[in-house]
Order: sequence, then structure tokens, then C-alpha cells
Amino acid sequence: MPQLNMVQAINDALALEMARDDRVVVLGEDVAKVGGVFRVTQGLYERFGEERVIDTPLAENGIIGSAIGMALYGLVPIAEIQFADFIFPAYDQIVSELAKIRYRSGGEYTAKLVIRVPVGGGIRGGLYHSQSPESLFIHVAGLKVVAPATPADAKGLLLASIRDPDPVLFFEPKRVYRAAKGEVPDGDYEIPLGKAKVVREGKHVTVIAWGAMLYEAIAAADEAIKAGVECEVIDLRTLWPVDIDTIEGSVKKTGRVVVVHEAPRSCGFGAELIALINERAFLHLEAPPKRVTGFDTPFPYQLEMDYLPLAHRILPAVLETAQF
Amino acid sequence: MSSAAARALGLFRVLDDRSKADWSLAPGFTRELGLRAYREMKRLRVLDARMILLQRQGRIGFYGAAHGQEAVPIATGLVLEADDWVFPALREQSVMLVRGFSLDAFIAQVFGNSGDVLKGRQMPSHQSGKQVHQVSWSSCIGPQLPHAVGAAWAMKIRRAPSIAVGFAGDGATSQGDFHAAMNFAAVFKTPAVLVCQNNGWSISVPTSRQTASETIAQKAIAYGMPGVRVDGNDVIAVYTVLAEACARARRGDGPTFIEAVTYRMGAHSTSDDPTRYRTQDEVDAWAKKDPVDRLRKALMHERWLTEEDDAALESELTREVADAVNRVEALPAVPRETLFDDVYAELPWHLEEQREELMALHARPALG
Repeated sequence: MPQLNMVQAINDALALEMARDDRVVVLGEDVAKVGGVFRVTQGLYERFGEERVIDTPLAENGIIGSAIGMALYGLVPIAEIQFADFIFPAYDQIVSELAKIRYRSGGEYTAKLVIRVPVGGGIRGGLYHSQSPESLFIHVAGLKVVAPATPADAKGLLLASIRDPDPVLFFEPKRVYRAAKGEVPDGDYEIPLGKAKVVREGKHVTVIAWGAMLYEAIAAADEAIKAGVECEVIDLRTLWPVDIDTIEGSVKKTGRVVVVHEAPRSCGFGAELIALINERAFLHLEAPPKRVTGFDTPFPYQLEMDYLPLAHRILPAVLETAQF
Repeated sequence: MSSAAARALGLFRVLDDRSKADWSLAPGFTRELGLRAYREMKRLRVLDARMILLQRQGRIGFYGAAHGQEAVPIATGLVLEADDWVFPALREQSVMLVRGFSLDAFIAQVFGNSGDVLKGRQMPSHQSGKQVHQVSWSSCIGPQLPHAVGAAWAMKIRRAPSIAVGFAGDGATSQGDFHAAMNFAAVFKTPAVLVCQNNGWSISVPTSRQTASETIAQKAIAYGMPGVRVDGNDVIAVYTVLAEACARARRGDGPTFIEAVTYRMGAHSTSDDPTRYRTQDEVDAWAKKDPVDRLRKALMHERWLTEEDDAALESELTREVADAVNRVEALPAVPRETLFDDVYAELPWHLEEQREELMALHARPALG
């Protein structure tokens, strides 16, 4: 199996699906000739031509709005929003239109498209190249939200997302675009949506993470072992609909849970996860559930390593929870 | 002035002030088309009046009538081919009636009962039907325009011979989605026709508060496509301009933007009171330019229609609408459990739980 980084794995999935299904088109800012600012779509323009790999005008509402029209007609658009921070001009198209088209047409119409969105901080990107807005989309009925952490998962989840009948927000952790490397199977395979992965089994504390923060959770778990605390680390992979069975099973086993995410704490996805855990496993809990998250501030430029929920912030939360 | 500028700044009319047609300007318009247009416009007027009455009686929740603006949707329905797509705004739902969608099914979308293919999910005046490629409008202003352009773009990519038509009012031209749609349509030379029904008012705000442009049509020139300003109360002129724009799109020559100058004779919706913001004199002046009246007079000039024909048609259409309302109103309500369907293709676990919660509540005899 080849060793690929996440950029290569996503590119592999895009090329594979474009070759398999001629309804698939890729559109966005700088996605064609330059291959995307992160080079994720590199080579697709040369291989599939300008009609299927499209540099659009610089207008996110136009990208998503026209992609919805394409999807209504029967194409399968994969739209790239250059940074998650730039998605908001398209927020109305995503929330008011894309998410509701199946529902408001009584199931007659669907707008099947995937929106690929590089997400997250730790790249010296400041306020507007760093944010993690997943909960703003999870809150909207009708959207699926996917957040891979590894190259192999990114490829399999993207193929599953493109073939899924519902619109998918596909959040790519740009901090580990090239740093995350791993064996990626050749050819066609899918990682099913809605299935988390227990990346490390443990009996003391459940640690839930996704995207780039998975690596921080694992690093914290490595340290926790030295204090005799065994973490069960769950990579959610799909944020919505979330794999409630895996979460519930693990928390009932450990009785303790720490949720990690980059997004601000209040009304972040961690809040929903802990509410779900409280509803389903309250009597199994041995300690208050904990959140290690970004702070409720705009994303900082110089102080981003203080803002991010890195391993050195996760570790004390894990130990405190274990010792409660 | 260039001819492109003249078309965007002028006002194309076929009917003069006495409602006599200059047929040299509308060579494709036949007697048959005229009579069909008249029947459809008149049916729409009868239907709207009936729906407003139902709303006043509390039998439906809301309605946005096309009164005064019948020419554009009806001409559109007559111009389009079966495979073309329509993305209406608030006052163009009736395009689908002209394209073969049944009146009963249309009215069922107003009642939102079990006869409604939208399963009662949308307010009235948001009709949609896949069978006639008409996509439900969302209530938000303008987002359907990029959809029309995207669908047209997809047709071009797939080498389909069809086109897409998107509608908006004058208020929508202030939105970012209007700009994006115009820009994408022209840059990618999509087979799209974008139509603005400039009816003078966005609820209470006049067009002068939406734009300082002399005309709305002239905006097209800046985007790099033809802009045509047409008398929106002259159905023959509207048909002629639309036919030309559709033919151009079908030939692969790209999009056209049409401003149809018209007037909303009634309230914005059943929730609006227009006496608070506009004068009766203004309404009276536009009443003299009523699109249904003008077509009737034009047809009578040609002796294609008599007073007797017209009276017979009126009672026929009134009966048709009343019978349809009676049939549709008798249909049962939407079943409660459908609340959770079509959010996703398949019901996910959390919606399954929420459905069980709702149904369990109603399974209790005391609350049933």
C-alpha cells in the first residue's frame, strides 16, 4: 500500500470518482490551473478538462448557488471553499437552500453535492484562515458533516460522501494536510458515513476528537499512560449524524469522558455530545464530562498555540477526570 | 446610443395605448397563442381572487397573488419547451399550470394537504413540480437565481438542448445572489434567461430605494450580456422578448436579462396593507394598463374574441377553479409522521427517536 499524505489521498479520491462518474465536476476558486491553494485538486484540470474542473469567479455564494443548480439538474458537483472562514457568503445558500431542498420539495428534488472545506488552525493563519465552524452546519437539519483525520479515512470518507444521497460538508484538517501520512489503499473503497473509529482502546477515560485534534488527543493519551490512565480515543470521522452507539458504548464502559475540539466552547459540538451522553449514560458517569476546546474568542494570530486545545491542555483534563 | 443600450433603456411594446397590436413587432405570435394566453391569464386571475377569498375566510394560511403581473408567468409557460427548467420567485408559480401541471395538484399545494406533492412543507405560493421542472422557491430573496444559472450551466456541460429561466423581483436585484447569478451566467455563457419583474414595490419600499440605475435592464450591459426592457403588462411583447432570449440561449449564444416593467395591483401578500405606502392615484393609473384587459382588447380588435366568448370563458374558468377547490379541500390532512421524512434520504437515528417521541405523545388517549 502506498504511503500518502492527506492532500494526495483526497486528490486520489477526486480523480478516481471523476474517472468513474462523468457527472462529477469540481468547482471553486483556484481549483483548476493552480490545483487549489493547497494543491488538493492538482492535475485534475489537465486530466478532466476545463468543463469539469472549473475556476470560478471569486464569489462563494455563486459557487454554492450554481453548484446547487447543477446538482438539481443531475450533476454531482464537488465545490471547494478555499478556507472555512470564507464559507459565510455561501451560508444562506447552504442553510436556506441546500439543506432544505429535499424537504421542501417533498422529496421530489435533491441537490447532491459535496462542499470540501479546509478547516482549523495552527498554520499561522490568523482570524480568517483558521476557524472550525462545524457546529454551525451540524445545527442545520438536512446536512451531513464529515471530518477525516487520516489520509486513508479522508479518501474513503470522501468517496462515500460523493456517493451519499445527501449534501455533505467535508471538513479537511489543513494543519495535518501534509503532516498526516499513512498507508492508503489503492483503488476504490468507502469508509461509511456515520461510523466512528476507536483508534485506541482504554478503560479509564473516553476521549472524543476529530480532525487535526485527534493527534493531540493521542499525544495526551500517550502521556496519560505514564500516570496509569488508559484513554479510549474515539475519532468521530462523521460529526453528523454522529455515531451515538460507539460513544454511548465507550462512555458506559469508562464512565468518564473528555471532548476535544478547536471550535469555541459555547455551543460547540462538544456541548451537544455531552448532552447526548448525559441523556443516555448519566447513571454510568463517574465524573463530570469535560470539554477541552478553543476559547470563546475570535481565532487569534500570535496566540494561536494558547487558543488551540493541544495535548498539554488535554492531559490535565484527562487526569482530572480520571481522578475525580 | 448603441442598439444594446437602446434595448436596455427603452421599453419594448407590441400593444399601443389603445391596446392595438403592431404585429410587425411580434411575427411569431398567432391567434391561437393569443387565445391561449388570454385563457391562462384569465384563469390565473380567477384563481388568485378565489385564493385571496379562501385566505380571508381562514381556509388557507397565506397567499401572494400575481394580480397585474399575469403576463410574465403565462408568456413564460407558453414559450418554454418541455425539458426547460423554471426557477420562480413569488409571483411566477403559475408557469407550471401552463406547462401541464394539474390545477388540482397546484391548489393542493396551497392547502398543503395530502394531495400536495410537497407534503404540506411549503407555504402557499411556493409551488413546485418535478414533472414540469419547476423548482420551489424558498421565500429568501434571490437565491434561486444562481440555481437557474447552475442548472443552465449543467445543461451546457451535458450538451442538452434545454435552457433554464430564473425569476426575481426588483428588490432581489439588491442582493448578492443577483450579482453572482448575472456574473456566473455571463462568464460561463450559460443557456439561462434571467427575468426581473419590476413591479415598483418590494413590499413597502419603492424601486428607487433598490437602485439608482435608470433602468434595471441596463445592469446586464455591465455583466456582458444583453439587457432588454419590456412592457410587462403586454403579454405579446413579453412573449416576443422571451422567445428571442430563449432562442439565443438554445443556440449557445449565452444568457439574456429581461426587465419586465409591471405593477403589483394588490397587496404584497395577504399580510400586507399597501394603503400605508402608496397612493390610490398610482394604483388607478396602473389599473388602466391592466394586462388581462389589454390582451382582451387586442383580441377583440382582431375579432378573435367576442363579448359573448369572454363571458362564457369567465363562467367556465370560475367553475373550473371552484370545482378544483371543492375537490382539493376535501382531501385529508398530511399525516403527522411525515414530519421527519425527506430531511435526509434515509431517516437517521436521531430523527427516528424524535419521531417516536412525537408519535408516542399522540398515542396516549388523553392527548390523541
